[in-house]
Amino acid sequence: MSDGIAIDLRNVVKQFGEVKAVDHINMQIRDGEFFSMLGPSGCGKTTTLRMIAGFEYPSSGEIHLRGKPIGSTPAYERNVNTVFQSYALFPHMTVAENVAFGLQMKKVPQPAITQRVSEALDMVRLGSFGTRRPRQLSGGQQQRVALARALINHPEVLLLDEPLGALDLKLRKEMQIELKGLQERVGITFIYVTHDQEEALTMSDRIAVMERGKVLQIGSPTEIYERPTCRFVADFIGESNFIEGSVAATEERIGNDYGIAITTADGLTVRGVSPQPIKTGIAATLSLRPEKARLTLAEPPVGTANNFRVTVERVSYIGSDTRILVRLGQEMIVSVWEQNTRSTLDRDAYWQAGESGYLWWPAENALALTE
Amino acid sequence: MAIQSAPLNEPNRELERSLQRKQRTQLGGLLGPGLFWLIAFFALPLAVIVIYSFMTPGSTGRPELPFTLSNYGRLFTEKLFVNAYIRSLWMGFVTTLLCLLIGYPLALFVIQAPPRWRTVLLFLVLIPFWTNFLVRTYAWMVILQNNGLLNDLINWLGFPRQTLLNTDGAVLTGLIYGQLPFMVLPLYASIERFDFTLMEAASDLGADKRQAFLRIMLPLTMPGVAAGSVLVFIPTVGQFVVSDLLGGAKVDLLGNLLQRLFQRSNPPNWPLGSAMALIFMLVLTVGVIFYFRNTTEQNR
Repeated sequence: MSDGIAIDLRNVVKQFGEVKAVDHINMQIRDGEFFSMLGPSGCGKTTTLRMIAGFEYPSSGEIHLRGKPIGSTPAYERNVNTVFQSYALFPHMTVAENVAFGLQMKKVPQPAITQRVSEALDMVRLGSFGTRRPRQLSGGQQQRVALARALINHPEVLLLDEPLGALDLKLRKEMQIELKGLQERVGITFIYVTHDQEEALTMSDRIAVMERGKVLQIGSPTEIYERPTCRFVADFIGESNFIEGSVAATEERIGNDYGIAITTADGLTVRGVSPQPIKTGIAATLSLRPEKARLTLAEPPVGTANNFRVTVERVSYIGSDTRILVRLGQEMIVSVWEQNTRSTLDRDAYWQAGESGYLWWPAENALALTE
Repeated sequence: MAIQSAPLNEPNRELERSLQRKQRTQLGGLLGPGLFWLIAFFALPLAVIVIYSFMTPGSTGRPELPFTLSNYGRLFTEKLFVNAYIRSLWMGFVTTLLCLLIGYPLALFVIQAPPRWRTVLLFLVLIPFWTNFLVRTYAWMVILQNNGLLNDLINWLGFPRQTLLNTDGAVLTGLIYGQLPFMVLPLYASIERFDFTLMEAASDLGADKRQAFLRIMLPLTMPGVAAGSVLVFIPTVGQFVVSDLLGGAKVDLLGNLLQRLFQRSNPPNWPLGSAMALIFMLVLTVGVIFYFRNTTEQNR
């Protein structure tokens, strides 16, 4: 009936006056998956979440929850719960009263409520905090109360709106692992909104990258990072060098992909791959991740698709990595990251500005993008 | 100078003492005006009233010796006074309740209006203060009288003219009209600080609008409800202008009785009036303390 689909968004549009906050979104979120909506502020991710929660109704399109249309069902009749960015704990109630609220609204008998509240608080390791007020707890603890308050209702989908935004970095990393573990234990579908790519990559089964009200790409973290389908996604997730030019030729196949040669304004030819052939003459961008490019003193193996003699412009040593900027051709600066895998005694073997070397990468290490 | 030959710590102690003296003068200077004001215009008159209330009324109404408890006795036994107390408290209660029922949605409406309208709407709430209260009450007489505006409307709609003026309803209308801003303003301040995300959270957890309001919004805006209620209730219970003009002096409230005891009745009776005012004050003070305790405690 619902074919394992928890939430199905079909052509959903949300318009605020003249502004289309959400512009014809289609998205299927599977049962039991940790799904993230990732994008810069104003990309429509929070509006989409609020429409699933029922705080906003779509201007057009349909939202299905396990096969039932819920687009116009009020929030309090949807079996969906939210963890708010600001937590939105009720300040005049104790932690236990906050957690019990949902069950009280459902008229669950009091003994059962007491039982389930203590279970829920144990689950988030706040068993002894039931009688405290929210303001007496730290940010991380409030966060866990908000989780317990939502999860106690056994929602069909749990919505999380940048819930870790207010926490400091270390705590945020801990909570990321804890959240993912919790999600696996309870087996509830999590829909997570964030603008933090690392957060999304760490926790998600799948990620939807959004921009200006549209979904640009949906895929697993590796798909999103390794095979972005457009320049925005490649740029937003991680870092990348973009070498612009026009397609000189679609060359031999490399695995399932096609080799693409792009000629830059400088007259250099760079090579990458694309899942489909691209017509000669079309403007294209080569996306090259800094860690997928190599910089060596020795010449690369014979037959390397991309091989350039370059000068080192700048070197930043950041501990685990060394980040090197090299000049390619007349005006292009390419960033190369080298992992510091050398022995601890070898302190001087790093690149110096002004040195020359070979910048090279196999074609399949770079992507040719037309969007 | 010659003093310099004194031991080193001597001038220090001297300095300290002069500083302390200076601080004391400063403190006195700052507190003085307020303290003087309170003593001269609050504590002393109150003391006078307390003393009056235990004295015997003379033939002109002036308090005379000997001291007596009979004023208080009359207040608690004579029906006229007991009824006025009950009636005043009742009118105050009804006015406060109705102001709350009208004021809360009004304050909410103003807060949810677009920001540039908010100031305008709040300003509209305050505009009646620009006209003298007595004048505004006379205006209500014009509206409510037998050939007044409201009756013209009723008549035009095909119904017989009603007696509107000189009724409890007229007094209540006047009281609510006059006191409503005092309810709206503290409510506005309180609701403005309310985090409306909490209403979404309540709705998310299965509360419909009514439940979310009763369980979340009302408790959290209780300080505004409490402040507004007190600001409306206290002046209302002591009102005499409105009940005089719109109630045709038929509806006796405490304020009317007090006014009469001090000025109009023949002879006036200052000791009895003093006793009445004091009991009134006591009832209100105790009531307000209890009210604040019960309404705002749960927010701590």
